[in-house]
Parts: sequence; C-alpha cells; structure tokens
Amino acid sequence: MTSTALDFWATPLGWTLITVGQILLVVIGVLLSLAFLLLADRKIWAGVQMRKGPNVVGPFGLFQSFADFFKFVLKEIVIPSGADKVVFIAAPLISFILAFGAWAVIPFAPGWVVSNINVGVLYLFAISSLGVYGIIMGGWASNSKYPFLGSLRSAAQMVSYEVSLGFIIITVILLSGSMNLQTIVEHQAGGFWNWHAFALPTIIVMFPMMVIFFISALAETNRPPFDLPEAESELVAGYQVEYSSTPYLLFMIGEYSNIVLMCAMISLLFFGGWQAPFPTPFLEAWSPTAVSLFGFLWFAIKIVFWFFMFAMAKAIVPRYRYDQLMRLGWKVFLPVSLVAVMLIAAWRVFGPQA
Amino acid sequence: MDLQAIAFYLLAAVTVISGFLVITARNPVHSVLFLIMAFFTAAGLFVMLGAEFLAMLLIVVYVGAVAVLFLFVVMMLDVDFTQLREGFARYLPIGMAVGGVLAVEMVMVAVTVAANGAAGKNAAPAAPVADLPNAEAIGRVLYTDYIYFFQAAGLVLLVAMIGAIVLTLRRRPGVRRQNIGDQVARTPASGMKIVQIKSGEGLSE
Amino acid sequence: MNGFLLQYLPIVIFLGIATVLGLGFILAAAILAPKAPDPEKLSAYECGFNAFDDARMKFDVRFYLVSILFIIFDLEVAFLFPWAVSLMKLPQEVQPFAFWSMMTFLGVLTVGFIYEWKKGALEWE
Repeated sequence: MTSTALDFWATPLGWTLITVGQILLVVIGVLLSLAFLLLADRKIWAGVQMRKGPNVVGPFGLFQSFADFFKFVLKEIVIPSGADKVVFIAAPLISFILAFGAWAVIPFAPGWVVSNINVGVLYLFAISSLGVYGIIMGGWASNSKYPFLGSLRSAAQMVSYEVSLGFIIITVILLSGSMNLQTIVEHQAGGFWNWHAFALPTIIVMFPMMVIFFISALAETNRPPFDLPEAESELVAGYQVEYSSTPYLLFMIGEYSNIVLMCAMISLLFFGGWQAPFPTPFLEAWSPTAVSLFGFLWFAIKIVFWFFMFAMAKAIVPRYRYDQLMRLGWKVFLPVSLVAVMLIAAWRVFGPQA
Repeated sequence: MDLQAIAFYLLAAVTVISGFLVITARNPVHSVLFLIMAFFTAAGLFVMLGAEFLAMLLIVVYVGAVAVLFLFVVMMLDVDFTQLREGFARYLPIGMAVGGVLAVEMVMVAVTVAANGAAGKNAAPAAPVADLPNAEAIGRVLYTDYIYFFQAAGLVLLVAMIGAIVLTLRRRPGVRRQNIGDQVARTPASGMKIVQIKSGEGLSE
Repeated sequence: MNGFLLQYLPIVIFLGIATVLGLGFILAAAILAPKAPDPEKLSAYECGFNAFDDARMKFDVRFYLVSILFIIFDLEVAFLFPWAVSLMKLPQEVQPFAFWSMMTFLGVLTVGFIYEWKKGALEWE
C-alpha cells in the first residue's frame, strides 16, 4: 500500500499534484495573511492617531478586509472612454502576477520552498525591477493627467532606489558566497550574533546596510514617507485614479504583497530567515516537520516585525519632497552602498579568515 | 514529443510571433509591450539551455531597465507616428541593405557552426563546468582570464554615462536649488542677528 | 526532463495560478457587478471641468536621464553578481587579482559618477 502510494507521488502526475498543492497553499496563505496584515496596518495607523480603526465587522473588526473584498467585487468596473482598454486591464493584472510570482522562491522553513533555484536572490531582484511596469502601464493607459504624472514620478523613484538595493544584495552575496536563498539563510545559523545584520565585525557595515535596505524598500513599494506617486494633496491617488472595483483591488493586493515580500527579503538577507535567535541544538531530536514548523514560526515573527516597522513609518514620518527623495537615492544611498560593497569584498579577500 | 520539446517550440513560436508583432503593431506602446514579451520568452529559452543566470540578467537588464526607457520614450515623447511612417519608403533601401548584411552574416555563422562545431577548430573548448552554478562558472573566468574585455566593458559604460549627460543635461536658469550642506552648516551666529530697539524708534533700514 | 528544469517548472505553474486568480477577480466583478456606463462616468478625472486635450504630453528630459543612468548602474550591478558569488571560491592566489580587477572597473565608473555629480545631473529642480 505505502509503496504504491509512493510510486504514485513519483509519477509526473503525482509530482504536478503535489506542486500545485504547495503553490495553492502558498498563494492562499499569503492572501489570507495579507487580509489580516492590511487590517493590522490600519489598526496601527489608527492607534498612533488615537483612533479605534476598523472595529465593526467581526470582533475587533477582524473581518474588515473580507467585507472590503466583497464590496470591491460588487462594484462596477469603470473603463474610461479615452483609455487603452487592453493595457488598462493588463496593468493591474501584471502587478498582481509579479507580486505573487516572487513568493515562489521564498524559503519559509528548512525545505519549505516551492522552487529552490540557484539564482533565488537574482530572481527576486528581477521581479522587483519589473514592478514598475504595472504602474507605468496603468498610468499611461488611463489617458488622464493625474495617473500620468503619478506613474512618471513613481517610475523614476522606483528606478532610483533599485540600484542601491542591488548593491546591498551584493554585500550579502559576498558574505554568504551564494545566490541561493536557502544557502544564505543556512549561512546565518547559530544565533542572532551570526545574522548578517549583527555578525561581528561586519556589523559596522552591514547594520547600516540593513537600515538603507529598509528605507529603499519603503521607496520601492511607494510607501510613506516616499508615497509621492499617490500624494493625495497633489495627485489625488496617482496612477490609480481611474481604477475601480477589482482592477483597483488587484493593484492594492499587489502593493501589499510587495510590501510583505520586502519584509520577507529583509528577514532572509539580514535577519537569518527561519533561524531562531539562539543556538538550537535541541532541534536534532525533533521530527523534520516539527523543525520546519519551528523555523516557520520564527520567519513569520520576523515578517510581522518588519511589517510593523513599515506601518509605523507610515504613521509617524512626514512625506518627503521629490527633489529630496531623488537626492537621497542617488547622492547618499548609491555611494554609501557602493563603498560598502568594496569594504565587504576587501574584508573577505584580505581579512583574517582569508 | 516530450514536455521539453513542447516547451521549446512554444517559447520559440511566441518569441518569433511577438518579434513580428513588434514591427507590425500600429500603436508604438503595444510594440514595446510585445518586445518585452519577446525578451521574456527569450529568457525562458535561456533557462531551457541551462543558462539561468543569463536568463535572469536578460530580465533584470533588458526588461527591467532598457525596456523601461523605451516605454518612457514612446509613451511620453509624443512622437508623431504618421509623420514617421511617411519616411518609410525613403529609408527602405538602407534598411533592406542592413537587414541583408545581417542575414548573410547569420547564415555564414550557421554554416561555419554546422561544419566545425560551436567552439571552432582552433579555439580550445571551455572547461566543462556542468557541476557549477553558471553564475559561478562565469565569475571564475570573467574577472581574471578575460580581464581586458571586462575593463573594456567598464569603459563603454563610462562613455555611455558621459554621453547621456552631455546630450540630455540642460540647466534651466533661475531655478533655486537646495544646498543641504549650506543648510546644515548654518549656525545661530550666521543665521540671525539680535538687534536692540529702543521703544518708539522702530527699525531704521 | 532533468532536475534543473524541474526547479523552474513550479515557477511557471505559480505564475499560471496567479494569472488565473487575477483574471478570476476581474471576471467576478464583470459578472456580479452592475453595469451602468454613462459619458460623465467614463470621462477622465479632472477637477470639475472637461479635459482640454490629450493627457499624454511631453515632459522633462530629466526623467529620461534618470532612466539612462539607471541602465548603466544596473549593468554595473549585473557585473557584480557573478563576481560576488565566485570571489571566495577562486584559488587563494588569484583572489586579490580578481578583487583589484573589479575595483578598477568600479573605479572607472566612479569617475563617471563623480562627473555626473559635478555636472549636476543628479539634482532635481
């Protein structure tokens, strides 16, 4: 019985079924956690402003996001008469697909990854550099002034911070010697003093790099204080002005998925991913499933922590001015992260362990 | 036919069709979008060859950066395309000549490869690196054995950077800029003046 | 099919499922939601008056400059990736050479960076 069952899972059909099952698990898991993280975002924001936030639908407003979802689905899709219809619908779809496609390479726990490719970090970098398309296409297809200006600003802004993100990823690759996300996480095993953000003596360089990565991630996802593309006092809602109903919903899910993805990336690259902050020799006695669950718990805690930082940044930091934003990206982050690459490489080549 | 062959023919067909649509689409923005599609399927073909690193770079550099510039240009430069089309017949001979030369070159390369194999007769084939991830395989030779090409690439990028600035940078007169250094360097002593004013006299300018 | 491509198949399936999900959302609204278009609703958003002309206009050349500079730095990052992966795996005696090789490359580009900084290409007005 067991042997025939094993045989079945080894056939192409069985393999496909397992893979589809895993993917559905990831997609539904991400969607559900997005629903609650979105609520958490609003609650944290409300808490800082001494309001209650959403509190009507369900206990403590827990089902607010689901109510919002049904409302979106029941609204009319308005396509402006001057719009390029195909591109107009394709734009939110593309940002949704890209935001979800990135989750395929994220290792949630030891062995829990949909696709363990060698170039995992590069894949994430590639996907995040494509995020700009949904915005440009949406802004252009609307054929309206506010979306157009919003998408223009957004594109220039995302492109500017992309470069420093790339340099910071290079420093992490230099330290771990691999682009495979599992290897990068395993390299940080054994307690928080081995995490890339805190390991001695590279903490002098890597801790500031983590901070710069976080700020660049804010700019990359168009979150406050860098939400110039949708600055409501100037551009109403930026590239989303003409969108309604589920196309708007897709943009919003894509945006939040990208934010959580950035939280996951910071956790993987700097905070040890699924590694616990203390040595875990006792895990050897545990079953593999229990070890994975234990790792997943830590990864989830780290993501939630970083999401809290994102929400707090939104709540307490005033918006940047556009010229200052470009200055920060090109004249501060770019040179600093470039120098960091040189320093880390020099330390690896000429340092004590060489 | 196995799955791999199906995937190859599918990707190749989409690449060719979207390449064809790039030059036939009426709307230039659609052209660029088809171009991006072609890049994507080409990346898929690279993956099928086992060149995952090149596939990712194709997406990062061409789709993520170059095509963004293309989109910027066609979406927002507001080029009059009916006017451009009028020049079509005028540039046809030159275009045909360039295309012809390219076609002849490609045929010659194909014939040579078919006769001698990809590495050629004289060149030693690269060391087998099947067990290495291919980013690493590139890294092992690019920065040491092929250092001159690598540095030449750096110089090309430098020229491109300077060229772009020389061609596009326009300084608008009368724009006030912020100098963060000056702002931070301001002290109470340089920033304000305390004046004692007797009551009833006011401030004489 | 080899193990290498089997790592990529899940990504393709993943993107496929995301596409189906996204299209499903749009179709759900298209089927369930009311449809009552009228010219006012379908006109482009403006502050209370009709749009004067096409919204797609010419804009500052600075945006192009930013995106060209981005391409160049993106290529620089692309050259750094294989270097970062392989640097520590090269034979010990070659490592300093590979290191200085990359430093020269970065140095050349830093010259360009200083040039654009001095020219004010990075300033936004």
